[in-house]
Amino acid sequence: MLKKITTAAAAVLLAALTACGSGGSGDAGSPSGNAKGDDKITMGFAQVGAESGWRTANTKSIQEEAAAAGIELKFSDAQQKQENQIKAIRSYIQQKVDVIAFSPVVETGWDAVLLEAKRANIPVILTDRAVDSDDTSLYKTFLGSDFVEEGKKAGEWLKANAAGAKNVVELQGTTGAAPAIDRKKGFEDAIAGTDLKVVATQTGDFTRSGGKQVMEAFLKSVPQIDVVYAHNDDMGLGAIEAIKAAGKVPGKDIKIITVDAVKDGMTALAAGEINFIVECNPLLGKQLMELAKKVVAGEEVPPRVVTEEGTFTVDQAKTELPNRKY
Amino acid sequence: MKNRLLWPVLALVALLVLNVVVTPSFFSLRLQDGHLYGSLIDILRNGAPTLLIALGMTLVIATRGIDLSVGAVAAIAGAVTCTYIASGGDAWTGMGLALVLCGVLGLWNGFLVSVLGIQPIIATLVLMTAGRGIAMLITEGQIVTVDSPTFREVGAGFVVLPIAILISLAVLGLVALVTRRTALGLLIESVGVNPSASRLAGVRARTIIWTVYVFAALCAAVAGLMISSNVSAADANNAGLWIEMDAILAVVIGGTSLAGGRYSLTGTLLGALIIQTLTTTVYTIGIAPEITLVFKAVVVIAVCLMQAPVRIRVRGVRGKQGVPA
Repeated sequence: MLKKITTAAAAVLLAALTACGSGGSGDAGSPSGNAKGDDKITMGFAQVGAESGWRTANTKSIQEEAAAAGIELKFSDAQQKQENQIKAIRSYIQQKVDVIAFSPVVETGWDAVLLEAKRANIPVILTDRAVDSDDTSLYKTFLGSDFVEEGKKAGEWLKANAAGAKNVVELQGTTGAAPAIDRKKGFEDAIAGTDLKVVATQTGDFTRSGGKQVMEAFLKSVPQIDVVYAHNDDMGLGAIEAIKAAGKVPGKDIKIITVDAVKDGMTALAAGEINFIVECNPLLGKQLMELAKKVVAGEEVPPRVVTEEGTFTVDQAKTELPNRKY
Repeated sequence: MKNRLLWPVLALVALLVLNVVVTPSFFSLRLQDGHLYGSLIDILRNGAPTLLIALGMTLVIATRGIDLSVGAVAAIAGAVTCTYIASGGDAWTGMGLALVLCGVLGLWNGFLVSVLGIQPIIATLVLMTAGRGIAMLITEGQIVTVDSPTFREVGAGFVVLPIAILISLAVLGLVALVTRRTALGLLIESVGVNPSASRLAGVRARTIIWTVYVFAALCAAVAGLMISSNVSAADANNAGLWIEMDAILAVVIGGTSLAGGRYSLTGTLLGALIIQTLTTTVYTIGIAPEITLVFKAVVVIAVCLMQAPVRIRVRGVRGKQGVPA
C-alpha cells in the first residue's frame, strides 16, 4: 500500500507539473509575427492571470493601448503561477523582444530571470506590482499603484467613520503578493493607536469563492464583527453573500471596505452593500506604452510612476457607476 | 475493511474536537430564515462539490484509471451555464447545456482510454490542460456574474440542509445502490483487477470503462454548477482549480486502492469531509496564511501514514511475537 501511495503521489505530482508547464504560454492573447526585423517595437507582457474583473480590465487596457500605439504585443497568461511567468519571460528573452513588461505574481524570486534579461540587454518594466530585490538595476521603472497608500486610505476612512465600530476582520489577497502585503500594512498603520483592531485575518486568494468561504468561517468563530476590510472587490462580494446567509445586513450590521472599484464592486457600493471603495486603477496601458517607447529609445525614465487613483463613497458610486467601463 | 476506515474516522473526529476546543460554539446550529446555519453546515455545503467529484473519481480509480480533467470540466460547466444565463437564457436550459457538453467531454475521455488504450493519466491530462482554455474561451477571460434565483439554488440554496450536499448525498446513495446492490460494482472491480481476464470472462470491460469516465465528467459538471452557483459567477481560471487533487486525495484517504480493483464509497465520503473540515479548521482556528499549506500537509501525511499497511503489518508481527508459541 505504501508503495502504491508513493507511486500515486509521484504520478499526481508529475501531472501537476506537466499541467503547469503547458499552461505557461497563453490560453489568452494572440502572439503573432516575429520579433525584430522592423522598426516596430515588440513588447513581451507576462500577465498574472485573469483572477478578477480588475485584472481583465488591466489586460484589455494593455492590449488596446498597444494596438493604438503601434506596438506589437506578445501576451501570456501565467494563471497565477510564478513558474509560468518566469517561463514566459525566458521565452521573450529568447525571442529577443525589445522590451519586457510584467506584473509579478509574488514579490520575491525574480533576480535570476531578470538578470538574464539584463544580460540580453532587454529593458524590463514592472507594472502594477513591485518585486522585492536589492538590485534596482534589474528593471527600468515600476508603473503602478501605491498599495500602502491604498491601505492607508481605507484605514483613514474607517477612522473617520468608525461610529463605535471596533472589531475588523481582514480578507487578504494571495499570500506573498505585493498588494496583499502592502494593503495590510497601510491599513494597520492607519488604524494604529485607535480602538479599531484587526481581530482575524486570512487569505481569500482575491477570489469571490475564497472570500465567501473565509467570511463564513469568521462569522462563526469571531464573536463580534463590525467591519470587513477586503483587499479586493471580489472577496468583498463573496463576503456580502456570506453575511446575507448569516441573516445580517451587509453595509449596515457589518461595514465593508474594499479596494479596486471594478463594476460589480461599484454596483454593490451604489446599492449600499459596500460602504467605501479605494480605487486601484487598472487602465495603465497608455502610460505603459509611453514608458516602453521612452525606454526602448534609451531615454531616462523615473524609477517609480504612480497611477492616478481616487476613492468612492456610496453617493459618489451612484454618479460614477454609469460611466464605469470595467 | 472496517480497520481501514478507522483512521480516517479518527482523523475527522480529531479535527472536529480541535475546532470545538478553539471555538466552543463550533457545533452550535440554529435556524436562520428557515434553514440550518452553523459551521458544520458550511463544511457540508462547501464539501459537496469535492464529494461529488470524488464519487466519480472513486469509480474511475476502481477500474485502475484516473481522471485529471474533472477540475477543468467543472470550470467549463460553470462557464457555459453562466454565459448562457448572462446572454438572457433560461437557467434550466443553461444547466442542461452544460451537462450535455460535459457528458460529451466524458465520452471523449472514455474513448481515449477504452478504445484507443491511452494511459488514463495522459488521456485526461489533455483535457485538464485544454479544458481551462475552453472555459476561458467561453467566458472570454472575464468573470461572468449572473443574477438568476433558480441557478443560485444549486450551490447556495437550502431545503433545511444545503441543496448542494443533498445532491451529492443523493448521488452517493444512487451509486451505492446501483453498484453494491447489483453486480455492477463487482464488474467494475474485476475490470480494475484485470481488464483482459474480465473481458475473456464475458465482462464488457470497454463499455464499463467508458461509462465510468462519462459518469465522472457528469459529476464534475454538477460540481462545477455548484461552485459557480455558490457565488453566482463563473470564474474560468479559479473554479475547480486543483479540485482533481482534492478528489484523488479524498479517494485515497478513504482507503480506495489507486491500483484499482477495490473501492469504498463510505471511505470517499469520509475523505471528502476530512478535506473540507481541514480547510474550515484553518479559517476557524486562525492559522496564519503563510503556514496553511504546511498545516494541511502535516495532517494529510499523518492520515496516510496511519493507514499504511506496513504499519499494520509491523504491529501484527509484534502482536504475534507477544503471543507465547
